[in-house]
Amino acid sequence: MARTLYDRLWDAHVVVSEADGRSLLYIDRHLLHEVSTPQSFAALREGGHVVHRPATQLAVADHAVPTHDRDRPIADPLARAQVGLLERNCADFGIDYLRLDGPDQGIVHVIGPEQGFTLPGMTLVCGDSHTATHGAFGALAFGIGASECGTAMATQALWQTKARRMRVTFAGALAPGVTPKDMALALIGRIGAAGASGHAIEFAGEAVRALSMEGRMTLCNMAIEAGSRTGLVAPDATTFAYLEGRPRAPASASWDAALAAWQDLASDPDAVFDREIEIDAATLAPQATFGTSPDQVIAVDGALPDPATLADGAARAKLEKALAYMDLAPGQRLAGLAVDHVFIGSCTNGRLDDLRAAAATIRGRRVAAGVTALVVPGSGAVKRQAEAEGLDRLFVAAGFQWREAGCSLCVAMNDDRLPAGARCASTSNRNFEGRQGAGARTHLMSPAMAAAAAIAGHIVDIREDAA
Amino acid sequence: MIPLRQVEGRAISLPDADIDTDIIYPARFLLITEKRGLGRYAFHDRRGAPGFPFDAPDAKEATILIAGANFGCGSSREQAPWALADLGLRVIVAPSFGEIFFSNCFKNGLLAITLPAEQVGALHGAATAGATIAVDLEAGTIAAPGVTTIPFAVDADSRESLLNGWDETARIRARHSADITRFEAAQRRASPWLWTKDDIDA
Repeated sequence: MARTLYDRLWDAHVVVSEADGRSLLYIDRHLLHEVSTPQSFAALREGGHVVHRPATQLAVADHAVPTHDRDRPIADPLARAQVGLLERNCADFGIDYLRLDGPDQGIVHVIGPEQGFTLPGMTLVCGDSHTATHGAFGALAFGIGASECGTAMATQALWQTKARRMRVTFAGALAPGVTPKDMALALIGRIGAAGASGHAIEFAGEAVRALSMEGRMTLCNMAIEAGSRTGLVAPDATTFAYLEGRPRAPASASWDAALAAWQDLASDPDAVFDREIEIDAATLAPQATFGTSPDQVIAVDGALPDPATLADGAARAKLEKALAYMDLAPGQRLAGLAVDHVFIGSCTNGRLDDLRAAAATIRGRRVAAGVTALVVPGSGAVKRQAEAEGLDRLFVAAGFQWREAGCSLCVAMNDDRLPAGARCASTSNRNFEGRQGAGARTHLMSPAMAAAAAIAGHIVDIREDAA
Repeated sequence: MIPLRQVEGRAISLPDADIDTDIIYPARFLLITEKRGLGRYAFHDRRGAPGFPFDAPDAKEATILIAGANFGCGSSREQAPWALADLGLRVIVAPSFGEIFFSNCFKNGLLAITLPAEQVGALHGAATAGATIAVDLEAGTIAAPGVTTIPFAVDADSRESLLNGWDETARIRARHSADITRFEAAQRRASPWLWTKDDIDA
């Protein structure tokens, strides 16, 4: 019977199946960070468990870490204790830890691929909902909670319910100024924040094939914002070229064997999906969110919806609440809306492609008066490469702050937090209430759009910012 | 894990859609590395807003939450169910859930039940009226005054685990260690590159 890529990955990892459709899946790799694992290690100790295969685990601190003054101890005692606890837990259980002061530290979803830890055909989990990112390599990757992190470490297996199959096809080529972030936001706007719940998404089509690995990661990263734990892109020459020679990727004969096996990682031509979404990539406009859920998004040149036009009471209440929190009015336009903060970074848009796109927007101009703009590379390696290309000098000369790698303003549990009432153009993944700081307001958009907003002091349509 | 068979009590009604785990448990409290005693941070930034249901005088007695669609979407943080359980909640009923949150509930003695929106609507009515709602996991039913008894389904393994208070890690080790060993031997032959970095099990 014809199978989808998701079916293939699933079938290859079933240890046992129950009659009700649940399967015990073998877990090939586990990425750990400091926030979702303290209680997992506590559970291992309480249960008297060891880590079954320490070499399949890789840990790094990213969420709680400051992105400045990294030569000094972490100032916040709770954050310092949390990072110290990860380091000790890894030492106690024999897990490889990428030190905060070392060259390889970075956001967990940036360093996994960068290290060649993430490979096609494998299952990969992490106590983090943006684990879908790794699906860009054709890996079955999904976010889990702290309890399951402990189970995965102790048993190398997790009980899972198989999702339905969904294919999202982006036909045609993106117009100038339109990016993978806009593809993700447009999809979420169309199907809703729970639109892909219960489904595993495979991204396909000409516009997806044309994306770099960075772009594919941006797309898969935001699958969870559409409700799906899993986003997939079938691996191809772009994938293999990215991985070859990475420190933890297989080498020589082992690489050749892996490469041969990876050729089969695709959906059969006649495979049937439970749901198909088709989007014409060529007609997509740059997107920006206006509300407190990622599906509250419009083309940047559009007008905000009016709750009064919505018949459904719950939908009307949701929109009214969001507009009130964001201090926006029906019919208002996002282009021209003043921002006081800009954040360029995160596991969604903190990679080299993203920083290049943001830097290319500057063209000798400066950040507008009254705007605080942060550029936070996704990893130490991204930072070094950007500096080798001189991007840091462009950012600093323009008035952007150039920081050390971490989750920073995507999660507001480190030193980077916005005050109540602040309005931020952000390349991160969530515009939830308080996501960037209690009472702060977030507008999600692409790196070039965020950089342009920093320079103009307000949201701009990147297509009108062209040189 | 504390076993769960029947739960009978007051319910809180929170009908908003898309209540994400950042709202349930704001990120800045994730620096705490404990899993107990987190109830005081639940909905921290919503507390004090006019009419917020968790502020009602009788909310402390509630053991059941009737929620809106896509409840618990967003971040995978298990602090969300830990905090709700710490408030004394044992059952959450909603038209749909964020998937990771849904899974996390069952690891912590919290029963998450998905029901059609009309039935959840009837339970919102009962909760708002201050009625006692009875949830029976063994029978798979929810009963409330003025509401026709509602049947619900939970997958067999999660149901057994909740009824018995089983720990998932211990259960997999006890029942499936040999299966896992067998799988590993086969994978080492078929996909040896997944094992080249292994420093044990040689």
